[in-house]
Amino acid sequence: MDLHGLFKPKNFAVIGISLTNERHPANVIYNKNKFRLRAEVFPVNDRGGLYQGEKVYASILDIPGKIDLAVIATRSEMVPKMVTDSIRAGVKGAVVISGGFAESGNKDLQDRLVSIAKEADFPFIGPNCLGIYSHPFYDTFFIPSERMIRPEKGGVALISQSGGILVDHMVKLAGEGVGLSKAISIGNKALIGEIELLEYFAQDPETNVIAFYIEGFGKREGREFILKAEGCGKPVVALKAGKTPMGIRAVASHTAAMAGDYEVFSSVLAQYGVVEAKDEYELIPFCEVFCCYRGSIGGNIGIITGSGGHGALAVDTCLSHGLSVPALADSDQIEIRQRISPRIQAISSLRNPVDLTGSAVDEDFVNTAKFLSEREEIDCLLILLLPYLPGISSDLGARLSQIYRQTGKPIIAYVPHVDKFMMFVEGFQLNQIPVSHSIEEAVHMAEALRRHQPC
Amino acid sequence: MLTREMREILLTSKETGWVLEPQAKRFFSLAGLEVPRYFLAGQIEEAVRFAKSIGYPVVAKVVSPKVIHKSEKNGVEVGIGNERQLMGTFDRLSKIEGFAGVLIEEMVSGVELIIGAKNDFQFGPVILLGLGGTWAEIYQDVVLRMAPLMQKDIDSMKRCLRARPLLEGYRGAEPVDSEKLNKLLLTLSDLVMSLEHDFESIDLNPVICNSSRCVIADARIMLKNFTISPITTQSHRGEGIF
Repeated sequence: MDLHGLFKPKNFAVIGISLTNERHPANVIYNKNKFRLRAEVFPVNDRGGLYQGEKVYASILDIPGKIDLAVIATRSEMVPKMVTDSIRAGVKGAVVISGGFAESGNKDLQDRLVSIAKEADFPFIGPNCLGIYSHPFYDTFFIPSERMIRPEKGGVALISQSGGILVDHMVKLAGEGVGLSKAISIGNKALIGEIELLEYFAQDPETNVIAFYIEGFGKREGREFILKAEGCGKPVVALKAGKTPMGIRAVASHTAAMAGDYEVFSSVLAQYGVVEAKDEYELIPFCEVFCCYRGSIGGNIGIITGSGGHGALAVDTCLSHGLSVPALADSDQIEIRQRISPRIQAISSLRNPVDLTGSAVDEDFVNTAKFLSEREEIDCLLILLLPYLPGISSDLGARLSQIYRQTGKPIIAYVPHVDKFMMFVEGFQLNQIPVSHSIEEAVHMAEALRRHQPC
Repeated sequence: MLTREMREILLTSKETGWVLEPQAKRFFSLAGLEVPRYFLAGQIEEAVRFAKSIGYPVVAKVVSPKVIHKSEKNGVEVGIGNERQLMGTFDRLSKIEGFAGVLIEEMVSGVELIIGAKNDFQFGPVILLGLGGTWAEIYQDVVLRMAPLMQKDIDSMKRCLRARPLLEGYRGAEPVDSEKLNKLLLTLSDLVMSLEHDFESIDLNPVICNSSRCVIADARIMLKNFTISPITTQSHRGEGIF
């Protein structure tokens, strides 16, 4: 099934426009696309008439010229006819916003919709969803323009069973400066679900990371998903809701009791190197780190900091997450000592974590990072940066990113996120070095890189 | 890989919905896995005769289609050291509901593991390895992998277990026979892939592993309940063994 028409339509029809209710989802979708995104969009309502001075078409079949996509927000019982009309009009796909299908007991209606679409090889998203955010072409979220937070254009494709969770994570991506390629709320995923979108985004040149919020798979769909994710060549990150055990029968075996839905989900993801975000606090940083690095790492971390306390906390967190912080050989420590400023040579602690002290300058961080990046026994560097140290400048992010480009060894930075220090944060971020809000988050990012391989 | 006798064991258990211990053990021994030497005794004299032939101590377990978790019904006695104890035990077990005989087995010692399988709705057959025995569910030290297993999956299962030192020989104990454990996991993986339309879950608990053997000391196969999952029979008609 060809999904291209869904994401880059040249024009589209919004079916179900209300002539009386401005808050109707169809009206919100029509207005935002027409006025904000300047999309070529046509209103449809079977009663015809005028809406904001524009002709309302009684059917998608009446619109002159070829229409790429139908956005359907009518009453549920009308939807099969609207899809049939769209197919007859030669439309390439649809987004069905309307609810009132399987989620409210109308499984038959949903099945009828699916069989109509399947017969015509006609892709549709939904029903019961917010649909597609495909910047700058269009978006079908029935959220008024002024309330939308729009992440920058970037490499993350975000796919969610829940519309609310999707919008929430778009807000968070925007807040972190992590760019989005597409966002899709799949709702009841009657025809197109996680597997089909995974296949599409694996091929999409604009997408580097494919992130999912998953409530549950259909029968055996988890198996298909995981095998496709493993072979798709891009990092796949998944956040699962519904972790508590349910539905275990009283006579169940020990195995069935211990292998609950979530335990199996989590284990199989790890087995195939699909990165599980354990909670909402992990999903966004994981997207950020995989936008910068597509590969995976071993578990040996090199830590560079200007504060002994930061180094100690980072070591504790690494160890509790199963990562190692290997001590540097004496010869390596002597080598680093020769490369750093004379005034910190005597006071630095160079064993790993490397504490360059509060008197360190940019040059000390750069030289140490360069040396550690070249060590085979180190898989990833954590730079715990304290922007309030007097010798540090906001050039550091750019300079460290050069080291990554030369050596290929991932660097993860921690910088406190307050307005005063945002220039430091951006110095890293804009140069494709992921930046965490906390020491713990930096370690989680490193752990995500390690989890991105079969366990 | 299912022999005719293996299929028959499953077919005859269809009504109960699960395969009782003696038949389940026979099933796995037909698959080439090791089970303790055992004898299903209907009469006390048979039990005594078998125990004498393999030598004490022995284990006695109740066999009853009404009892899924034997230890919960006090239906297992280990370390029976002589004929008098065995007769007392037989007498006690014979009073348990649904009594269909007593299984007399040789005692095997070693690390107690649970090895199981579940037919997961979303992912299909998965295999479980964990610290076993009566308290398996309390320790919850288990690792799950989707079947079919490859050798790298088995290596990672053993590596990820908290009880890993027990497998590798803790405090001077000899390590368990790794090859035998691998074989057991791989065989179970093959079995569940061929049984995927028929089984719901499998418990091999405990599997007793020592430096030379990995013995399935108890086994149970829960079959799919066809009355509550008609989708299976419709969509996979003819694929299952039933």
